[in-house]
Amino acid sequence: MSDLNAQAVAKYRTNFLKEVEERVEEGEWVKMCMQCGVCSGSCPLGPYWAHPPQEIFMMIRAGRRDEVLTSDSMWMCTSCYNCIVRCPRKLPITHIMHGLANYAHRLGLAPKNQPTRVFATLFWNNLIRTGRVNELKLSLALYFKDGFKQGIQNALNMQKTGLGLMKAKRLNPFELFSGHGCKDKKGIAAMLKKAREIEASRKHFAN
Amino acid sequence: MAKKEYAFYPGCSSQSKASASNYLTSVNSMCKTLDIKLTEIPDWNCCGASIGYAEGGELPRHVMNARNFALAEQHLPGQQVVATCAACWLGARETKERLDASAQLMADTNEALKEAGLHYKAEVEIRHMVEVLIEDFGYDALGKPVVKPLGGLKIAGYVGCQTNRPFGIAGESFENPMYLDKLVETLGAEPVANYEQKVTCCGGALAFSETEKSQAQIKNIVESAYDQGADLIVTPCPLCQANVEIYQEQINKRYGTKFNMPVTYYSQLMSVAYGGSTKDAGLDGQLIRAPKLEEIAKK
Ligand code: SF4
Ligand code: SF4
Repeated sequence: MSDLNAQAVAKYRTNFLKEVEERVEEGEWVKMCMQCGVCSGSCPLGPYWAHPPQEIFMMIRAGRRDEVLTSDSMWMCTSCYNCIVRCPRKLPITHIMHGLANYAHRLGLAPKNQPTRVFATLFWNNLIRTGRVNELKLSLALYFKDGFKQGIQNALNMQKTGLGLMKAKRLNPFELFSGHGCKDKKGIAAMLKKAREIEASRKHFAN
Repeated sequence: MAKKEYAFYPGCSSQSKASASNYLTSVNSMCKTLDIKLTEIPDWNCCGASIGYAEGGELPRHVMNARNFALAEQHLPGQQVVATCAACWLGARETKERLDASAQLMADTNEALKEAGLHYKAEVEIRHMVEVLIEDFGYDALGKPVVKPLGGLKIAGYVGCQTNRPFGIAGESFENPMYLDKLVETLGAEPVANYEQKVTCCGGALAFSETEKSQAQIKNIVESAYDQGADLIVTPCPLCQANVEIYQEQINKRYGTKFNMPVTYYSQLMSVAYGGSTKDAGLDGQLIRAPKLEEIAKK
């Protein structure tokens, strides 16, 4: 068990709802759900959600902590915002799904090789390095995430597209060496470090 | 018409030599005709996009957006921030609303911004380019500069998700927004009246990580455009554009379809209708070329 997870279990014991309210983005909304099910019928990748949003809210209230945090359901959210505009109680469902995914990821409980988790992590790490996304490095990192051999295969599958984009000046091969970036990289790094510290203290990650 | 000035936030995919650079080209051409002056926010950074949450968390994401706001306030005072990317606009607006609603979050954000020598005064307004066109100009004004009406073209207006929900364009419904269709009509083309996939999700960022599941979505979006006799699809979102255009080849392999449907931006249609060349409209940047639109551009 990760230290952060052990600390959370000790702090909240059986009160998972309280844990979600204090630590998950927009988590204080969960208790407002009236279980109508409208959100669950709204997800584009609906058939692949083992537990659709409505069920997740019910499970949180029932204290089914492990099942929720180890689920790969939240990672199926495409950020389509169908649920938000339809929910009769105006729950910010999209953000709660994102918040749960982020929290499970932080605690080390999210499924290990969940592709969206891997991609989202690569994406953020790519963008904080220079302040902007380097699309070439990001796609290369993604191709090679399953190891070298699979990476070559993946790259070959998309090769025609890559060359097409390059010809159309929509992919810059020189991004590998320099590429786009902000001037004030130092300021960005310092401000993000500070933001992480503040967030950890607000969400009681230390005590 | 008086010149309109905005602080411009192009975002990562629309900067030059990135996947939506042809979007930027056509936006510049369109703005020249409409006498809109866009000044890039100096040293702007990524908005975190819709996928940044997993590793980034909450406050770091808001701080990234607030840095852009603070830079805009400082260098381009009084100007509204305009984004061309749906995800940038959405992310930025979300941050603005959250900060406006919480003094605590605002204080925390500014404490972090101080590390980069910045302060956000909460004065900016965040708009999408489509909002600017429809609300600040209106269809009549947008129709006036048309010199090459797009007659003979049938166009499927694919609105997608993020310019439509949760904020959307004022006065439009979430389930059946009409603004793209009206814009197509304004430019002299025929909008597809019953494009039932107009607000279907293309999979968004999950097109990269959940390839097969997203491609099933994209297949429906393209198929329905064919069923309705469309010559091309038009969209306001760079991620929709890229997903729906780029993956047609793989979908053909997977499903045995023969898709070859051009997917363009609204700004490319406008650039052509306003007399722009293939190059001005960024049509040379299509992976799937749009021959009928190019023909009009060359006339
Ligand atoms: S739509 Fe809203 S109220 Fe209904 S189940 Fe979903 S979250 Fe609960
Ligand atoms: S935003 Fe996420 S949770 Fe909401 S309907 Fe779309 S996929 Fe489902």
